[in-house]
This record gives sequence, C-alpha cells and structure tokens, in this order.
Amino acid sequence: MVKYLEIFFEWGVSMGMNMTEKILARHAGLDSVAAGDLITAKLDMVMANDITAPPAIKEFEKIGRPVFDNTKVCFVPDHFTPNKDMKTAALTKIIRDFVKEHNIVNYFEVGHDAGIEHVILPEKGLVGPGRLTIGADSHTCTYGALNGFSTGVGTTDLAVAIATGEAWFKVPEAIKVNLTGTKPANTNGKDVILTLIGMIGVDGALYKSLEFAGPGLESLSMTDRFTIANMAIEAGGKNGIFPFDAKTKAYCVEHFHSEYEPVEPDEDASYCQVVEINLDELKPVVAFPHLPGNTKKVEDIEGEITISQVVIGSCTNGRLEDLEIAANIMKGRKVHPDVRCIVIPGSQQVYLQAMEKGYIKSLVESGAAVSCPTCGPCMGGHMGILTEGERCVSTTNRNFLGRMGHVKSEIYLAGPHVAAASAILGRIATPEEVK
Amino acid sequence: MIYEGKVWRYGDNIDTDVIIPARYLNSFDPKELAAHCMEDIDTTFAEKVQQGDIMVGGKNFGCGSSREHAPIAIQASGVPVVIAADFARIFYRNGINIGLPLLDIGEAVESIKAGDVVRVDTETGEITDVTTGEKFKAHPLPGFVQEIAKAGGLINYIKEKK
Repeated sequence: MVKYLEIFFEWGVSMGMNMTEKILARHAGLDSVAAGDLITAKLDMVMANDITAPPAIKEFEKIGRPVFDNTKVCFVPDHFTPNKDMKTAALTKIIRDFVKEHNIVNYFEVGHDAGIEHVILPEKGLVGPGRLTIGADSHTCTYGALNGFSTGVGTTDLAVAIATGEAWFKVPEAIKVNLTGTKPANTNGKDVILTLIGMIGVDGALYKSLEFAGPGLESLSMTDRFTIANMAIEAGGKNGIFPFDAKTKAYCVEHFHSEYEPVEPDEDASYCQVVEINLDELKPVVAFPHLPGNTKKVEDIEGEITISQVVIGSCTNGRLEDLEIAANIMKGRKVHPDVRCIVIPGSQQVYLQAMEKGYIKSLVESGAAVSCPTCGPCMGGHMGILTEGERCVSTTNRNFLGRMGHVKSEIYLAGPHVAAASAILGRIATPEEVK
Repeated sequence: MIYEGKVWRYGDNIDTDVIIPARYLNSFDPKELAAHCMEDIDTTFAEKVQQGDIMVGGKNFGCGSSREHAPIAIQASGVPVVIAADFARIFYRNGINIGLPLLDIGEAVESIKAGDVVRVDTETGEITDVTTGEKFKAHPLPGFVQEIAKAGGLINYIKEKK
C-alpha cells in the first residue's frame, strides 16, 4: 500500500494545481506542471509600449524570422506620448513603420480609441480568462484580474516572442491571499494591495504568483481587481491572479468576445504561503517614500503632510470608477490653492464616459487639470514633473526615489479617495475630513 | 569566464528607475544610457567606473520597471557581472537575455564591501573577495537557462537553435 502511495505521489497525480499552474500547463501542452518546472509556453498576446517596443524591434530584426502572428502582437505608445520631444517622436515612428511593414493589427495610435496599455488591452478584449500574455512592461500583470496569466518581460524576451510566439517560464510558487469580510466605504483596491505589500514587503512575493481567493472577493469591483493585480509586481510577484466569478463574466460579456476557458484552483492546489486579509478592517492606506511597502494607515499619520501635486490616473487607477470616486469627492469643492491636481483618464473610452457622466466637468470646475490618456508623470516622463522639495500624492504604482522628477521630491501612493481628498485639503487626508 | 574587479556597492531594493531614470529612456543607445547609470543615488559612478569593475547589491536588486535599458546601462558602463543577495525576476531574465551574468549569493553578500576586489567565476558560481579572502558560492542557473547564458544571450541562443 505504502509503495502504491509513493508511486501515486511520484507521478504527481494527487497534487492539484493552482490557477497559474493550470494556465501554464495548458499553454505548454502539458497535463500538469508544478512549481520549479521550466517550461516553454505558447503566447496568446505579446505587447510593448513606446519605450520598450523600439529596442525589441531592433532585436527582432536580428533574429531573421517573420512575425509569428500579426493579430497577437500589440503595440501601445503611451509613455512619452503625445510625444514630448524629438527623440521620443523618433522612437514612436520606429513602431509605426514596423506596424505598417508587418501589418500589425493591434496598434493603438494616440487619440483614436487608444489609451494606456493596461487599461485598453482589457477594454478592447485582447486579454481574458485563461489567456497567457507577456508584455514588455512590468505592470503587464494587471490582466490577472481577468483570470489570465500575464507577466512583464524585457525587450529581448519580447523580440523572441514576436518571432516565435513562445516564451520560457519557471513555474512560480504561489502565495494564496485569502480575502474575508467586505470592503468598507471610502476604500478601494489600492488600499487592499498597499495593505498586502505593507504586510509581505516589496520582495515578499519575489518570483512568486499571488493568487487571490476568499469570500471578500465579492465586494471587489473589476476596477479594484485591476488595481490589485497591477501592483503584484510591487511585491516582487511574477503575476497576480483572480478567480473567475460573476463580475469577471459580466466584464467579459461587455469586452471579451472570443471563446474562453476560465481556470479555478483545485481543492488540493499547493501554496507556499497563505496571507489573510479581513476587508472589514481595511483602512485608507498611503505608501510613504520611497517604496510601495512603506505603508501607513492615513489615520496613523502624525502631523500634517502638506503637498504640492496630486496625480489621479495611470494603469493602476485611471479607470472610470477611479474618476467617479475622485469626482464625487471633488464636486462643488475647489482644489487647494497650493496644489496642482492632474487627472489622466486611462483611455479615450474612459475619458468619454467620464464626460458623459459629468465627472470631467466636476473635476475641471474643481480646478483639476485634465490630460489626454498617457503614463505621463508616473515614471517622470512628462505632464507633471516634480522639482526639489515637492511632495505629490499619486494614484500611480511606484514611489521610488526620483521616479516623478527630482531626487529630493517625494511621492505618496494612495487610492483615488485619498488622492481627491488630499487635493482639496492640500495635505494627505481621507474623504471623511473633506467638509 | 573569470572576472576580477573593484566593487561598487549598493544596498537593498535598487530599482531600475535609479539604475537608469526614465527621463533618459528617450534613447536606447547603450553609451547614452551608461552616461547616466546610477546617477540618482551615486553621481560618481558613471564618471569613475572602470572597465571590469563589479557591481554588488543587496536584496531584490533590479526591482520595478521591466526596462532592459537598466542591465544594458550597467553592461555598457563596463561592468561584466553583478552580484546581489537576490534579484527581481524581470531584471534577472533581462540580464541573462543580454548576456550579463547575475549571481545571487543570499545574505552572505553583506560581507562584500565597497572598494573590495572580487574574483568571479561565472561558470562555477564561485566568488572570492580577494581583499578579505572570503569565498562565496552563487546559486547555479537552472537548466537550459545555462545554455542561454553560454550563448551570450537569448538572441544568439535562438539563432543557434534555428
């Protein structure tokens, strides 16, 4: 009997798979995979932006093969666009020329129906449940919100993917993040992910997958989930992934019109660690400079932290719901005279919907500067660079030293609730403090 | 390959934004990138680094943005190999893919100091701090990743496979 059991275990038959393992196995043509396995997987979508695509194109041309599939390569010029100078204009032109030469279907030109990569790929149905996507941008992990596997790579990996449609992966160990309770009012997905990163650290999920689970998921909107999956990388994670439920299904009905096969974790799926978060206890959280793991509840901040800029937008928090939250707090109130409040809708569609719903009007009347979709100030590109001594509350994803400008400037990461309240009061604040 | 060089020592969580700030990503010319490598935390590096010097970091080296410009900037500065406690995963892939060996030795890295001379054998993963005499062993590269490293990067590897 013992012998049989040993064989049973040796074959790995009894070990269930988690969501990431299932997607990787499926794309590697294998019945099962386990953490540590090195596999080569077929890719459903391959994406790059205006910073990463040009060098990837240069590397691709060295390989001397055709594009593997012109419908599965996607380019989104969003970082330095609309181009801020001649050098970046030249970089974007490299992409445009390549797109024409190779008849790349999914190219998202500035304006049109485009926007920030991680906002528009889900919006346009280019990523979905069970799908495997790589992108030459670290926040490619965003698409895990839709029950897919997606991860960031560099330009060489991307070049090879454009030529072969494949990439190698080491199957990651997975951390299960078990969410219980219900998300309280005046909190959002950003508070969930910042709380998690505060708990496990900026390398707490290094090389690992973050798999979200538990009854608390029910109170998280798709926007919350995109924000949470987006910042899996800020804990060092390879990917972040959510189960498929009624909310995912509803999102797919609206956006994802191809066939899909969701994945769910087996009951005996293996996890290297389980982290528990009770959403009932969730509070508005801010990450202090210069790491996303430097978190503090806003209520625990001692003294006033005055600010000179607020940024509301980005691939993390530039969706319609984020603008709705900000507009509802700022409507009928004025941005503090010492603050520049920059609002950046994540896509043209978000921009239009926010106009139709009156959010843009409320924000502009409040004194916000509303930009066209761009990554802009998030990585210190343009549209709101900080000088020495300035502090910014930002709904973006990184507060690294010098990320938004001067090395002696400071970025405080927050969700749209805290960002909007801070814009009104000129200091880090919660919506409850806005009279 | 065996490398011997002087150590430039940095701490934990060195992110790719400080390795090469995004304001310089309007170019992917290795020399232009090298001219600004590390400047937000070390204004002397780009000016004083010598061909063959070795960069040593702490935990989670190369975290943040996926920009391959970061390992390219380090490589183009003349640094042939980076040692750290551990590396962020995208940076790790990028290093291997462009033929920049990255050796992770865990917390033992703490005893390597700025200005020490270290000798590194990238084949065996053996590292000697020549200044102190202390020896370290890096974790070996997994499976076919070794072949990518031997080929000098992923593009060469793919071309050889063809």
